This record gives sequence, structure tokens and C-alpha cells, in this order.
Amino acid sequence: MMGRTSVVLDEADRWLFRVIIVVSLFVLFKGHNAPGGGFAGGLIAGGAFVLRYLAGGALRLRRALAFRPLAGIGLGLFVAAFTTLIPAILGDPALTSAIVTLDVPIIGTIKLVSSALFDVGVYLLVVGVVVQILLALGSDPLEGRS
Amino acid sequence: MTLLLALHALVAVLALSVLRRQPRVGAWLGVAVLAATAVYAVAAGTTAEPHGESWIWVEALGWGIHLRLDGFAVLMVLIVSVLGAFVLAYATTYFDMDQRFVRFVGIFVLFAGAMNGLVMSADLFTMFVFWEITSVTSFLLIGLNDESATARFAALRALLVTGAGGLCLLAGLSLIQIVAGTTAFVDLATNTPAGTVIDVALVLVLAGAFTKSAQFPFHFWLPGAMAAPTPVSAYLHSATMVKAGIVLIARMAPIFGDRALWQWLIVGAGVATIMIGGARALGQTDAKLLLAHSTVSQLGLLTILFGIGVPIATYAGVAHLLAHAVFKAGLFLGVGMVDHSFGTRDIAVLSGVGRRMRTAMVMGGLATASMAGIIPLFGFATKEKSLAALLKTTDYVGAAGTVALVGVVAGSMLTVAYSIRLFVGMFGTKPEVAETELHHAPSLGLWLPVYVISLASLVFGLWPSAVGRLLDAPASSLDAQSAGELVLWPGVNTAFALSVVIVIVGVVIARLVPLRLIGSRIRLSGEEIFRAMYDGLLEFSRVATSRIQTGSLLAYIAVTLLVISAALVVGVLAGFDADLLDGVIWFDSAAQLVIAVSMAVLALVVVFIEQRFVAALVIGGVGLGCAALFALHGAPDLALTQVLVETMTIVVFLLVLRQVPQRFEAPPRWAPRVLRVGIAVAVGGVVALFAALVSGSRTAPSSGISYADLSLPEAGGKNIVNVILVDFRGFDTFGEITVLAVAALGVANLVKMARREKSPVGDQP
Repeated sequence: MMGRTSVVLDEADRWLFRVIIVVSLFVLFKGHNAPGGGFAGGLIAGGAFVLRYLAGGALRLRRALAFRPLAGIGLGLFVAAFTTLIPAILGDPALTSAIVTLDVPIIGTIKLVSSALFDVGVYLLVVGVVVQILLALGSDPLEGRS
Repeated sequence: MTLLLALHALVAVLALSVLRRQPRVGAWLGVAVLAATAVYAVAAGTTAEPHGESWIWVEALGWGIHLRLDGFAVLMVLIVSVLGAFVLAYATTYFDMDQRFVRFVGIFVLFAGAMNGLVMSADLFTMFVFWEITSVTSFLLIGLNDESATARFAALRALLVTGAGGLCLLAGLSLIQIVAGTTAFVDLATNTPAGTVIDVALVLVLAGAFTKSAQFPFHFWLPGAMAAPTPVSAYLHSATMVKAGIVLIARMAPIFGDRALWQWLIVGAGVATIMIGGARALGQTDAKLLLAHSTVSQLGLLTILFGIGVPIATYAGVAHLLAHAVFKAGLFLGVGMVDHSFGTRDIAVLSGVGRRMRTAMVMGGLATASMAGIIPLFGFATKEKSLAALLKTTDYVGAAGTVALVGVVAGSMLTVAYSIRLFVGMFGTKPEVAETELHHAPSLGLWLPVYVISLASLVFGLWPSAVGRLLDAPASSLDAQSAGELVLWPGVNTAFALSVVIVIVGVVIARLVPLRLIGSRIRLSGEEIFRAMYDGLLEFSRVATSRIQTGSLLAYIAVTLLVISAALVVGVLAGFDADLLDGVIWFDSAAQLVIAVSMAVLALVVVFIEQRFVAALVIGGVGLGCAALFALHGAPDLALTQVLVETMTIVVFLLVLRQVPQRFEAPPRWAPRVLRVGIAVAVGGVVALFAALVSGSRTAPSSGISYADLSLPEAGGKNIVNVILVDFRGFDTFGEITVLAVAALGVANLVKMARREKSPVGDQP
């Protein structure tokens, strides 16, 4: 698989990577009212990284990363824990949702729910886990006896 | 007083952090805190009603930190703080100013704080908390010299023994809490629980006390703990920590002391400890080890005096506790001073020390004479009191009292004998041994604490009645009827006659019995039992691990699945009712039936596929079928996630399959294909049956219904599944993503390890 690059995959990666990420974000935020959510969104975004890996191998995947996957996992856990505990610190039961409705000109009414932040944590963590496994299992030096 | 305890912790932290470069400053801060605690104890302790402070933790259980400064607590705080201040001051001269001293200061002050907390504890739970802190700090202090394997093992042994005792204490106090609803000493005294459970609890509590105070059969860790630097031994392993068990016994005896079980445990352990400690002390040439065994013996005496539960004995115990703390601290520091000045503390090698250091010899003589109970030292007055008390104890507790008396008298003879041996060995001039060279004369910091503490034995001894009056409050706070007086000259009575006999026999033993004879004869010691148990445990876990962790993935999966289905079968059989299956709807539409049947067929096909890659794809097909079922059942969220997970799983499979042979290896002989298929079908069948039964046996309305109503108003979301995940059951989700994170870390590390194993060897076949 390594060494040979497929033009089709290469082009698909170039055009689709950002699109998939946007779709994954859409699934993530839509999840509160329709099918989707942090886990599904994270897996879709993970799919984008899989595509990049298939197109260019571990090296290219590594180059495409803004930060290390472990940082994503840690950040995701932190965000989820943070949203879990904030209500408890404020005196409500843990995980109580805060709902804020904003009227933004042009865009319309936006409803912000604090539990969406929890989902963002899940999303970050799942992306981190997928990339981490890709890098761990997909890096070249492991190819001992192919 | 909570503030003072917090100050201890603060100074400890400071000494270990900001003051790393000025350990002396940290040490003197510690001295200041200890001195302040002593002053506070005297000031607050002289009021009529004991001062108490409480910090509640678990209100329903009454758990928290409950402190109470009664008379006995004041005495113990004084011993802990005053001796602590002296020892810490001494240590600034004794140690070199390196990192070890930094650690010593921090841990020492922390220990002193925990010890002060322990003696002020008003209930068993509070005492247990401080108890454990002293165990850990003691471990760290014994192992202070962390480059020595002996010190490390001694520290580990002390921790394991006292830690096991701590667990016993926890179990015991829990039982008492369950039966009596409280562990506060005051409440237990007014409303004493009884019964078999309490007897078990008392055995456990005493086991804890015996480990801490080095009572037989747990006495062996204490001499080993002498691997610690001398200031540590002097303080923790003679004056304070080993008294923790005594404090516990002293608090419990007035409550439970009238039980025969308690009395015989106390007397049995106490007498055995007195004799073993005394006999072993007689056989030592290392002065510090001699003192350690002597401490063991003296702790046995204190256990009997406090534990027998007789008011007059309690008073004698309080007095002797003070006497022992004073003379033993003086002796330890004195031995440390000689060691520091002459480079050895071996009494077979030392010679001419007394000639070089006259004052030191006089001071050492005072402390030794107090230990042996010679008039007019303080030890004499307290030993007279103890003998007199035990003579009367027989009236209260019968045979146990007689055994105790005989044991104490015999032990005191040994005490006189080893005291003589210690003094002559330390300071005498031996004609057959060359005079020991004086390396450097002790400085003020070394000799001043030794002399002051040793002189206290004489001063207290000359005015025993004054000291005795001060001891009324401590004794009566333990047991309201406990009071007494100490006198310099008791007149010729039974106790005095016994004393005379004790001294004479002691001198004879010291003269006649050759060194090492007795000590070396006692073979069956707890030490060997401990070592056997320690090694046995390691061996057992090694064998157990190699049996259970065979490394065969097949075996792991088979065991896991069979255990799960066995548990389910038991559950199903317990509540089986064919009616429960009546309401089962096998399928809603033909599509469901078709999908389900094809999934089963695909799963069966996997068994006959020989190529790993194809097998992975077919299993993926089973998963997609599951997703289709979800979708047909009206669960788009689950279906979406299932499809995504199946896709990701195939990718991971591909990555892994690059590393393994294309075809499956032949199965091991114990697991032929028929057996594996059988297990799989059985497990699947049981799980399916279980699911069908469970869905038919609902007794309460589904919580999902309330979720549906609450989703929008409470969590602001229309997708109930998602709201459940991130809000209603957010804790579950948090747990799951944590597992996911840990699994990813595990994969990364396993791969890294596999690489490291491969790389240095190069190409392997």
C-alpha cells in the first residue's frame, strides 16, 4: 500500500477532506435535535483522516495534523469533564443544562445549550482516538514481515 | 488546635518546597510549631471542661475529624511536642545538611502533627486517619537512608505490618460503628455495646494496637526499624509512634476492659512481649538494638498497665509512660551522641568512653538507672507504683492479674540485667579492648538535649509527688476513678520487697549469663513467620498469574463468554416463567426476518473462512445488518453510529491484518471447531433468551417515557437519544469516552512496545 499512490484517492482527498470535516461538524451540532451528535460526528471526521491516510500514508497524515491526537483526546476529556462539573460548582446537580437563546441579525435565532459543549468534547476525543490508532497501527516501521 | 495541626502540615510543606535550600530554617520553624503546641496544650488543658473541635465529613455516619483535649491528651501532646522539639533541635547537629535532612525535617514535622492529632482524637475514626498518616511517615523515615537495602526492607516490613494492623483497626471500628452507631469514646463509655460482633471487633482493634506498639507476635518490625537515623528511632520508635497502640488501648480499656477476652489478650500479648523483648535486649551488642528490644519489653508493660482496665493500674500506666518516654529518649540520644563522637555504638568494642566524657557517663547513668528502676530516679517511683497496682489487680481480674504480675516481675529482672550491661558496655573501660578513639567531641546541639532530658529523670524522681499530682488529670480523664500518688520512699512493703528481689536477681543475671546466650536461643520469631508469609505471598501470586494469564486469546474469550452465559443461565433459571415469552413479537416485517436470517448465516459462514481479511469483511456485513435492523426499528441515531463504527472497524482490521499471516493458524487441540461453534451458539442463544425474558418482565414503567417528556424543556433538545447521551446519562457517556481514551493509549503503547522488541534484534524469521 505504501509507496504507490492512487491518483483517484489523492484527488478525492484533496477535494473531500474539508467537505467531510464540515459535514462532521454539521452532524455534531445538529445532533441535539436530529440524528447525529459528537460520537457520529467524530467518527465522520475520523473518516476524513482515514482518507488522507489511505491517500498519502502516515507521513502525510501526520503533516496534516494541527496538534497531536493525544492532545485531542485530553482536550476532549477535559471539555466533557468541565461541562459535567460546572453546574455542580455553581450549586446545581452535575450535568444540568443551561439554555441561552440569542437573536442574531441576519442569521436568525440561535439556541445555545451547554450540553452541546459536552458533545464537542466527545467529538474531539473520538477524532483523537481514531487518529491515534491510525498513527499507531499504520506507521511504517511496524512493517516487519510483510 | 485544628489550626496548630494545620500549621504542622504547612511547615512540613514549606520545609519540603520553598525552604529546600535552608533546611535549618525549616527545622527551627518546626521546633517553634511544636513548642507552640506544647504551650497551647498546657494553657487549654488546664480548664475544667475538655476543649473539643469537630469538622464533619459524613454527617449521617458522624464521621469527621473530632478532637478533644482532655487530661490524657494534654500529657501525650506534651510528650510528643516537647520531645519532638528536642529531637528536631538535636537533628540539626546530627545530620549533614543535604537533601536527606530536608526530607527528614518535612516528614518529621508532618509525623509530629499526625501524632498530635492522634492523641487528641475523640473517636476511633479520627484516630484511624491520623494512625495511617503516622504509618506512612514512619515508613518514609525508616527508609530515609534510601541507598541501603536493609533500610528499605526494614521500612517495607514496618509498613506492611503496621499497615495490616491499620486495616484490622478499620475493620474493627467499622463493626463497632455498625453495632453501636458511634465510635466516639465518650458515647461508647456511656452506652457500651456487647455481643459476639463486638468481641470480633475488639480482637481486630487490639490486632491494630499490637502491630503499632510492637506487641507479640508483631514485635519484630521494631528492632528492624532501627535502620532509621538515631533521632528518628529515638522519637518515633521509642517515645511517640509506638505509643499510638498504647493510646488506643488506654482509650478502649475503661470501656471494654471488663471482658475476659480483652483481659487475656492484653495479658497474654503483654507478658510475652515483656519476656521476649527483655531476653533479646540482653543478647545485643549494638546499643541501639539493645534499646529497641528494651522498648519492645517496656511497651509490653505499658500494654498490661493500660489494658487491664483497673483504675490504679491506669494511673501507674500514665506515670510509667511518662517515665519511659523521658529515660528512653535520653538514652537513644545519648547513644547517638556516643556513636557520633566515637564512630561506633557497639558495646563490645567501645572502651574508655566514660573516662573521656565524665558528664556524659553521669547523665547516661541517670537515664539507665531510671530504666532499671533504681531509687531515687523517676523510673523507681513509677515501677513501684506499677508493682503495687498489679498486686491489687488480682482482686479485680483474678488469674489474669497474677499472670501479669509474674510476667512484669520477671521482665523487670531482665530490665535490670540489660541496663547494667548497657551502662558498663557503653562507658566502662575494658582491659582486653583498646581504648576507642574520640573522633570529635560532641557540640552543644548534641549534648544539651541529652543532658536536659536525662536530668529530668532525676528531677522527676526526687519530687515524684509533684509530678504525681499533675498525672491525676490524665489518669482520671481515662478512667474517672483512676487517681493515685507517686512517692520517693514508699516504706518497706510488698512492692518494695519485690523491687529489691528484682534488682538482686537482675545483677546476678547480668553477671552470670554470657552475652548472646539468651537472645540467640529464641529462634521462633515473628520475623521468620513474616518472611515466610511475604515470600509465600509473592510465590502464590506468581503461580496464580502464570496459571490464569496463559496468554491465549482464545482461552480468555472462551472463559469470559462462558462465565457471562453461566451467570445469565443462573439468573434465567431462578426466575423462569414461560408466560414471559408470550408477549414476544418475533418480527414486525418480512424485511426484519430476512435481515436477521442473513446475519445468522453470515456469522456461521465466518467459521469456515480461512482468510482473515475475508472473515473481517463478513463480520462487517453482520454489523451492517445490525445497523439495518436499528434503522427499520426507528432508531436512525443508532443505525448511523453503527454504520460509522463498522466502517472504522474495517479500517482498523486492515491496518492490523498487514502485520499477521493471511490465513488463520490451526486451532489448538483443546478447542476444535465444533467446540468453538458450540460455545458461540450457546452464548448467543442464552443472551437472546435472556433479552426476550427481560423485556417481558418489566415491573416499573420505562424511564425512557419520562425522558421523552423532559427532553425539550429540561435539556433543550429534540433528539432524545442525543439528550440522553449528553445530559440525562451524561455520566455514563463520560465513563465510556474515558474508556475509549484509555483504550487508544493502550493501543499506542502496545504498538510502541512491539516496535521496541523488534528493532534491536533486527530481522527475525
